[in-house]
Amino acid sequence: MTWFLENADRIGDLTVRHLWLSVLPVALGFLIAVPIGWWAQRHARLGAVVLGTGSILYTVPSLPLLVILPGVLGTSFLDPANVVVVLTLYAVALLVRTAADAFAQVPRDVVDAADATGHSAVQRALRVELPLAGPVLLAGVRVVSVSTVSLVTIGALIGVANLGSLFTEGYQRGFTTEIVIGLGTVVLLALALDAVWVLLGRLLLPWARGARAGG
Amino acid sequence: MSNVFAEAADWLTDGTHWQGADGVPARLGEHLGYSALTVVIAAAVALPLGLWIGHTGRLRGLAIGLTGALRSLPTLGLLTLVVLWMGIGLTPPVLALVVLAVPPLLAGAYAGVESVDPRTVDAARGLGFTEWQVLTRVEVPLALPLILGGFRSAVLQVVSTATVAAYIGLGGLGRYLIDGIAVRDYPQTLAGSLVVVVLALALDGAFAVAQRSAARA
Repeated sequence: MTWFLENADRIGDLTVRHLWLSVLPVALGFLIAVPIGWWAQRHARLGAVVLGTGSILYTVPSLPLLVILPGVLGTSFLDPANVVVVLTLYAVALLVRTAADAFAQVPRDVVDAADATGHSAVQRALRVELPLAGPVLLAGVRVVSVSTVSLVTIGALIGVANLGSLFTEGYQRGFTTEIVIGLGTVVLLALALDAVWVLLGRLLLPWARGARAGG
Repeated sequence: MSNVFAEAADWLTDGTHWQGADGVPARLGEHLGYSALTVVIAAAVALPLGLWIGHTGRLRGLAIGLTGALRSLPTLGLLTLVVLWMGIGLTPPVLALVVLAVPPLLAGAYAGVESVDPRTVDAARGLGFTEWQVLTRVEVPLALPLILGGFRSAVLQVVSTATVAAYIGLGGLGRYLIDGIAVRDYPQTLAGSLVVVVLALALDGAFAVAQRSAARA
């Protein structure tokens, strides 16, 4: 407890860094994955290829990917951007399938009705399909967000500062308290972020209450 | 920076890196050994529990909450913590990796049994099957694709996270990564990374085939 109070500033700073490294990939992943998922769902054959690529991408372990990426991007080894890119890739890989499933469960007759009332394809996608796909998308975002918060800590192994730094530092100093506080903060951050998504869902998708969440 | 790939290729084709206690085959063997041990222990815990939850429908809410909570626990933190508590050895990493492998196995088992058509289960009961026979002869075979799906994600997560275990002094393929990072030998790090990636993709492919044949059977 004393250690926590003495280092509150630093823990706060690491938490903010950690939050950025988590939120950015989830947000970017969402923005990239939703259009791809929407597209994949309407083009069965090519869509299956895209979804398959997504799953393969997800099997690539994170630490090796963090090591390979600077060589591919030409970024510096310690650049936090590597962490953001890797975690965005995972978010896309996971969310593309969720997005395809989310759009697939929009009832066909609703889509036809939107067409019949003169919606253009873009209008229909944004005003009719996206809101109806919302609840399933939200469930996917929640899963991705929890796993991303937890995965960011791996970045500490290559020297990118975040709450995982408390693990590596605590381990080197043989100081259990630091690791326990790090673990607790990561779990709390994951729960807090999850609560934000749920709240955002209630505000943006008021019709979804009671709907069964997939994923 | 792109010549790092050429250097990594040189590292991989260098015969001296393929023999001895820190050669690729030995490290690969260690890596698969830890992973297999972990998955076996996790399955021994998670499968009976998951099948029971799926069969009886009891404790379902708890199982969902538990799998979610376990997923938010960062393995690196768990790993370092258990080592400080129990000291270096095989137990800490295996314990930390078991925590990682339990959620997908548990979810696959209970979701698999739950997904079996209740009419099929009722028909089996009507034929005079005991509960045990219903579970082993009807529910488990029908749930097999989802149970295998749970194994697939558990194995992949364990194999990819076992690299992190090298950080606490364990062997396995992670050695090339962690040692390479420590002494800035990036070609070695990259070569090790590529071996792990190929291993993960190969295992995933094997599971894809197994799942397809289980679904057809």
